[in-house]
Amino acid sequence: MFATTILMAFKEIRRNVLRSALTVLGIIIGVAAVIIIVTLGAGTTAQVGSEISKMGSNMLTLMPGGNHRMGGAAGSSPPFELSDIEALRRDIPEIAAIAPYAQRMSQIIAGNENRRSNVVGTTSEFIQVRNWALTAGRTFTPAEESAGRAVCIIGATIHEEMFPGQDPLGAMIRVDKISCEIIGILESKGQVMFGGDQDLVVAMPTRTFQRRISGSNRIAQIFISAYSQESMPALKEQVTQLMRERRRVDEDEDSNFNVLDMTEVSEVMENTIGVMTTFLSAIAAVSLLVGGIGIMNIMLVSVTERTREIGIRLAIGATENEVMMQFLVEAALLSAFGGFAGIVLGMTGAALVAPAINVPFVFEPVTALMAFAFSGAVGVAFGFMPARRAARLNPIEALRHE
Amino acid sequence: MTTNYNPSGSIQMASGNVSGQPLIRFENVFKIYGQGDAEVRALDGVSFEVNSGDFVAVMGASGSGKSTTMNILGCLDVPTRGKYFFRGVDVATLSHDQLALLRRHYLGFVFQGFNLLARTTALENLELPLIYQRLDKGARRRRAMEALETVGLLGRENHTPAELSGGQQQRVAIARAIVTEPSVILADEPTGNLDSARSHEIMQLLTRLNRERGLTVVLVTHEDDIAAYAHRRLEFRDGKIINETSTQDAA
Repeated sequence: MFATTILMAFKEIRRNVLRSALTVLGIIIGVAAVIIIVTLGAGTTAQVGSEISKMGSNMLTLMPGGNHRMGGAAGSSPPFELSDIEALRRDIPEIAAIAPYAQRMSQIIAGNENRRSNVVGTTSEFIQVRNWALTAGRTFTPAEESAGRAVCIIGATIHEEMFPGQDPLGAMIRVDKISCEIIGILESKGQVMFGGDQDLVVAMPTRTFQRRISGSNRIAQIFISAYSQESMPALKEQVTQLMRERRRVDEDEDSNFNVLDMTEVSEVMENTIGVMTTFLSAIAAVSLLVGGIGIMNIMLVSVTERTREIGIRLAIGATENEVMMQFLVEAALLSAFGGFAGIVLGMTGAALVAPAINVPFVFEPVTALMAFAFSGAVGVAFGFMPARRAARLNPIEALRHE
Repeated sequence: MTTNYNPSGSIQMASGNVSGQPLIRFENVFKIYGQGDAEVRALDGVSFEVNSGDFVAVMGASGSGKSTTMNILGCLDVPTRGKYFFRGVDVATLSHDQLALLRRHYLGFVFQGFNLLARTTALENLELPLIYQRLDKGARRRRAMEALETVGLLGRENHTPAELSGGQQQRVAIARAIVTEPSVILADEPTGNLDSARSHEIMQLLTRLNRERGLTVVLVTHEDDIAAYAHRRLEFRDGKIINETSTQDAA
């Protein structure tokens, strides 16, 4: 009987294809919008996660400044020095690798090519800390580091754009006012969502950078990596403690530096994306509500149009429940069709949009299933009133209806 | 579906208990609309019986109470006072759903306006009551084709009402009424929309069903020559039966 009811409802929907399609347009758009938002949100979350792990998930970042204000008010807090790094390395054996980081945008010239690039002063450990690798060449030797020699490692973008098809190892590159020898090439890390091309970079020893580029002993950040993810909280505590002592922070004072844990950063970002996704989905869901009202409207019209049919059904022995079920199934089926079309449309849309905004396309069957179930529920909820009206018609009057 | 009853069982109408009592019995039935000065007595104390196998014509001018009688007979309406027994069961004691089941299993309706589902083939129209009887597709099709054959419309099963003449539509409607093998057919002015030749064809079909299958027929009409096919006539005026004649001998 139930199968027959569904079949009857299906026939009825097909009888008015155009009207049915227009009726469910609201549902289609609503579901498609929710699917696109949720899919892109999931893609963005995955993207952030992979970027964080690219940066090294076992990594701590030390920055001057107070209270997690990333990059803010750094001027008021004293910067780090190379001696800080030596102290950290000496006193905390749990540190796997540690590297200073000073950075500046500078002009790079090689032959006729000319770029503005990120120039970084660091040590050979930088590559280890940042989970990076060299595709060719070598890193700085301790001798080069302590002498402040003019040697540098270039990013993949510099290689491709300034030395296309050439082996740049041993070539000279002009960075600001100095000329330095290329000794290594970094593997490509690609675009980051927040920070542009990571491969547009020239790295040189800290001393070289301090003396010849920045002219200052300041170190903007210190990167520290742990041996394992599990040791991160303890390591973070030790680093904080030591740095508070070195920077003479009183016990009741807030630290004048931050120790950022990358998993924390990723959690914060994922939470932010989650809130945004939920918020946007809620807005899109309003369209589902409007779609539901559209279904209710057309079902009411349908009940009026089919008054005589309802009268006939009641006269030949349909119970009120059966008539009600017929209209309810029709509304639910209509709405579920809309939901299905919306899922297809939404997935297609997300698959098209994702590459355009540099986000991976993540198919989430649970989202699709939920959207489908929800659209069916919308049909039942908004089909209830018209269906009950149909079931409660007086058969005598319904049969007389023109 | 919340129909949690065994259709025939719950309304206790095993075919056996009919013996000895009439199929239909009206006992002093009143149908009153409005109150006080505005009171209208559509039925004003009507009593009659219809036995199994009868062919009864209910006659009268419009407003005489014959349509109200048909509605109550068809369990689409209930008396204000008095009792209606169907196969010995007081219909007033049945629930809404039980009345629906009574219609489903024991009554067949034929209307003046045919009342077939539009844009639906003859076969599908015939299958409709069988769907509510929970018959499977094969049984539905077989029964529907048999009924179509009975009314002489084999070959028209895939025609929609719009593709059939008035007489053919009424034949489909009669087929729909008999396809469930009911105890009684309630025909409300079945020839009202048909020309004279078509009307007589329809009446001959009903007569044949009555004679060959023993199907009880209650027919509402205001035309003498149509009523002439019946064995008995109940003449209504102002909500009362003013005359009851038997034409059994003529037939």
